Amino acid sequence: MNAVTPFEGIGASVKRKEDLRFLSGRGQYTDDINRPGQAYAYILRSPHAHARIAGIDTATAAAMPGVLAIYTGADTAGLGSIPCGWQIHNKDGSPMAEPRHPMLAEGKVRHVGDQVAVVIAESRAQAKDAAEAIGVDYDVLPAAPTLDAAQVPGAPLVHDGVAGNICYDWHIGDKAVNDAAFAAAAKIVTFETTNNRLVPNAMEPRAAIGDYDTTTGEYTLFTTSQNPHVIRLLMGAFVLQIPEAKLRVVAPDVGGGFGSKIYHYAEEAIVTWAAGKLGRPVKWTCERTESFMSDAHGRDHITKCSLALDANGKFLGLRVHTQANMGAYLSTFAPCVPTYLYATLLAGVYTTPTIYCEVTAVFTNTVPVDAYRGAGRPEATYLLERLVDIAAAETGIDRVEIRRRNFIPNDAFPYQTPVALQYDSGNYTATLDAALQAADWAGFEARRAEAAKHGKLRGIGCSTYLEACGIAPSAVVGSLGARAGLYEVGTIRVHPTGSVTVLTGAHSHGQGHETTFAQLVADRLGVPVAQVDVVHGDTAKVPFGMGTYGSRSLAVGGSAMFKAMDKIIAKGRKIAAHLMEASVEDIEFDRGTFRVAGTDRTKALAEISLAAYVPHNYPIEELEPGLEETAFYDPKNFTYPGGCHIAEIEIDPETGKVSVVNFTAVDDVGRVINPMIVEGQVQGGVAQGIGQALLEHAVYDADGQLLSGSMMDYTMPRADDLPLVGVATHTTLCTHNPLGVKGCGEVGAIGSPPAVMNAVVDALKSYGVRHIEMPATPAKIWGILHAGRKLAAE
Amino acid sequence: MYDFAYHKPASVADAVKLLSADPDARPISGGQTLLPALKHRLNKPSAIIDLSGIAELRGIRREGDKLVIGALTKHVEVADSAEVKSAIPALAQLAGTIGDTQVRNRGTMGGSVSNNDPAADYPAAVLALDATIVTDKRRIAADEFFLGMFTTALEPGELLVAIEFPIPEKAGYAKMKNPASRYVMAGAFVAKTKSGVRVAINGAGPCVFRQTEMEQALTANWSPDAVASIKQPADDLNSDIHGSAEYRAHLVTVMAKRAVAAAG
Repeated sequence: MNAVTPFEGIGASVKRKEDLRFLSGRGQYTDDINRPGQAYAYILRSPHAHARIAGIDTATAAAMPGVLAIYTGADTAGLGSIPCGWQIHNKDGSPMAEPRHPMLAEGKVRHVGDQVAVVIAESRAQAKDAAEAIGVDYDVLPAAPTLDAAQVPGAPLVHDGVAGNICYDWHIGDKAVNDAAFAAAAKIVTFETTNNRLVPNAMEPRAAIGDYDTTTGEYTLFTTSQNPHVIRLLMGAFVLQIPEAKLRVVAPDVGGGFGSKIYHYAEEAIVTWAAGKLGRPVKWTCERTESFMSDAHGRDHITKCSLALDANGKFLGLRVHTQANMGAYLSTFAPCVPTYLYATLLAGVYTTPTIYCEVTAVFTNTVPVDAYRGAGRPEATYLLERLVDIAAAETGIDRVEIRRRNFIPNDAFPYQTPVALQYDSGNYTATLDAALQAADWAGFEARRAEAAKHGKLRGIGCSTYLEACGIAPSAVVGSLGARAGLYEVGTIRVHPTGSVTVLTGAHSHGQGHETTFAQLVADRLGVPVAQVDVVHGDTAKVPFGMGTYGSRSLAVGGSAMFKAMDKIIAKGRKIAAHLMEASVEDIEFDRGTFRVAGTDRTKALAEISLAAYVPHNYPIEELEPGLEETAFYDPKNFTYPGGCHIAEIEIDPETGKVSVVNFTAVDDVGRVINPMIVEGQVQGGVAQGIGQALLEHAVYDADGQLLSGSMMDYTMPRADDLPLVGVATHTTLCTHNPLGVKGCGEVGAIGSPPAVMNAVVDALKSYGVRHIEMPATPAKIWGILHAGRKLAAE
Repeated sequence: MYDFAYHKPASVADAVKLLSADPDARPISGGQTLLPALKHRLNKPSAIIDLSGIAELRGIRREGDKLVIGALTKHVEVADSAEVKSAIPALAQLAGTIGDTQVRNRGTMGGSVSNNDPAADYPAAVLALDATIVTDKRRIAADEFFLGMFTTALEPGELLVAIEFPIPEKAGYAKMKNPASRYVMAGAFVAKTKSGVRVAINGAGPCVFRQTEMEQALTANWSPDAVASIKQPADDLNSDIHGSAEYRAHLVTVMAKRAVAAAG
């Protein structure tokens, strides 16, 4: 029994267990949940980017049919601020500006979509009807919706107490050493760029249900979250002052997050608090239009950078100044994204000996900006990989060759970068070579010539990227300003007859954890995947957890499970020793079988678990009954996936449209548990990366209105925008976690944008193009070609 | 959406009676424009007159040298119709590129033409093919029908019943899609008809319009080269975050060239 087929363990492309319910419409998402007596919340949002609220008249609305309550900032002013989970310090050591982030606006609105009032009614339509009848007297103020607008002298102040709209002014690196490197440089290449603002757009909009048990005083929040325990901590402790024991947070099936569902949002606090006030469950479901103006956005940097090189094209130093848009309020992880998830990545895969980076974070009258798939690493990678291509062009060194000359060599690991990180493993030459071969880089010029015959401009580009996953360890991130630990929790519960329930603090919202984690158990304990149930997303079931983001679930959460399995095996050996009358030291364990070494005497895991739960013949004096173990795993370091992405694009010069005709990804994500899932993760990430490079752009006008505020104007990638993405992996193992895994959730979105843009610039090199800003829309490309033609005609 | 009354008449006469009796009532066919507007509370009709039960509004038939298409005919039906494919292949091809599968299975020709969205596909075909719009009251020439952005010659309470397309000698359509919405950014429908060569431009301006300079050039020489150097003035063309008026003007020429090539 319990004989596991070898195909279910580590390395097997096991079909995703969760897909049966997802693909047959039987998932249970937050909006699918309805509580008895449930009422509905509708949130009245600001139509203005910046205004003082002179008054709110709710009298008419309150008298409308079905209305149970209307709350404004006056009702919630005594409650806590929506907290920020990370505190950055300025260059002078003082803490960042951290203005209050109210659940409901208090006297002032700061972005279009800022929540002004909530109507709770018997039906959603009644709540909406009543919201329209609320009279808000706005005194509209000039807005500062962009980094530039917020920093001009005399710019409108988003928060009255935050001078110059500066949240923080931070730096990393040794400026004097950096200056010296630049002084000695043979060549300095400079570059300025904007990393375009993005709207995450998970398929499932956010939703939340607050419930309150008047008999026990217990609150329950059902929410579309990537980390329910973190929400419980943030909302319970900082906003509503509800002790953990009286607050359960459930994040059931969640339809995509990409970061946007990490954060604690005001709506979660509003429905929980209102449920307590009314003694009735309160449901809120976001509409897509609302998502655009209330989900945290991503990216939005303006950066100036310089690269110092010696005469042979060796990088001597990198100097970066970045302005990062925080939006109107600090979202949960916002301050760490352009600092510890960005500036620390600026070494990339290169031996650049000195790096100095300054970051100015700025408040604007826009939706808050926070981590979005990649979070800081795509911005760093884009900057670096575009800069390297520009450096290649301006030194006349081949762009692949200049990368090779600067790679961290294979024998240099562990490698300490000048920006805090220590890389444990990697082989950048191997992933580069594999990608060049898979993409037929050598044969490209023939394809370019062939495309030219058909009037098309073809280009090819690569990026050799590195990223950092599983942000850790807790003590280090704590010293850098994190207000939480970054470990993970795993419980392995072996049931009496040998099936297993895994409780994990990681949260799956599309990643396939229920399969991958089951494979870890199958591989180690020999239990078939079908008999392993993975439970996540409920603070009442899972002991604790920090959730899923930063590609941490397997590296951190999987390692916690591994540690818990260590404990299961250790206890199992003692039970087996007792049952087989052998010494514990003589008990070997392999995939579900305990064996007395050198004999044919064995006990299956199910026999051990049965003995543990029916302890008739059991070492009861030494061991507790039962077979369940929990481990908290705190990583020793980040993990460092890396690799090479190659994009081949074709431009229709008549329309300016860029088509990605071929995309090759060769990634080192450490040990691969399920190759099919890794391939899907990389492809999904590449889709979002191509989206950033060619399509997506959140654009605000001067008044702070979001011009790309719906799918009519915000270009999400669609199937016909994307090529078949060839995915391969080349593995070097992570040296510091027990699984050797690194993470694969974000590599696609990190490596691909510069590969695409390097290809676009390559296609246009005959036009003298040095750089093109993302997204490379048809109109933008046509504008360049048109200007080029005019130039040629003159 | 706001509350509204709902009626489902079985005849054009009954539908017109309901519409005439209530100026705030709105007819609905596929609902591809009206339904999103209702959901966004941008429209507050007193009543919705659902036309889907009116059999006489359906169907595609050949009448001599004309193709008559009922107002309620769905895009997918036009795209798949053997009759349309053989008589006016460019029209079937156009219908097959409207929106996506879901839109094509709901949206109707009558709904699209009545709505006259500047970025819709059908108005270009109707205008270039010199079609006649048949209503419950009268017949309207295409040249007289499209008056401006979302504005047509239809009177309040007047219902588009069918569209008659004279079968052209040749016709072709090409468009550049808006990258986000996939509506038309600039499109050209070209046709060699009994009444001469006609070129209709959609997407680029506030309303579909005829490009007479291109018509003259194609009359003299029916070839892509004939229009390749004709520049569409950018004045009065649309400009937005997806492209300037100059870009759209440029696309008009490119799409006209491609439409002629497609027509053969």
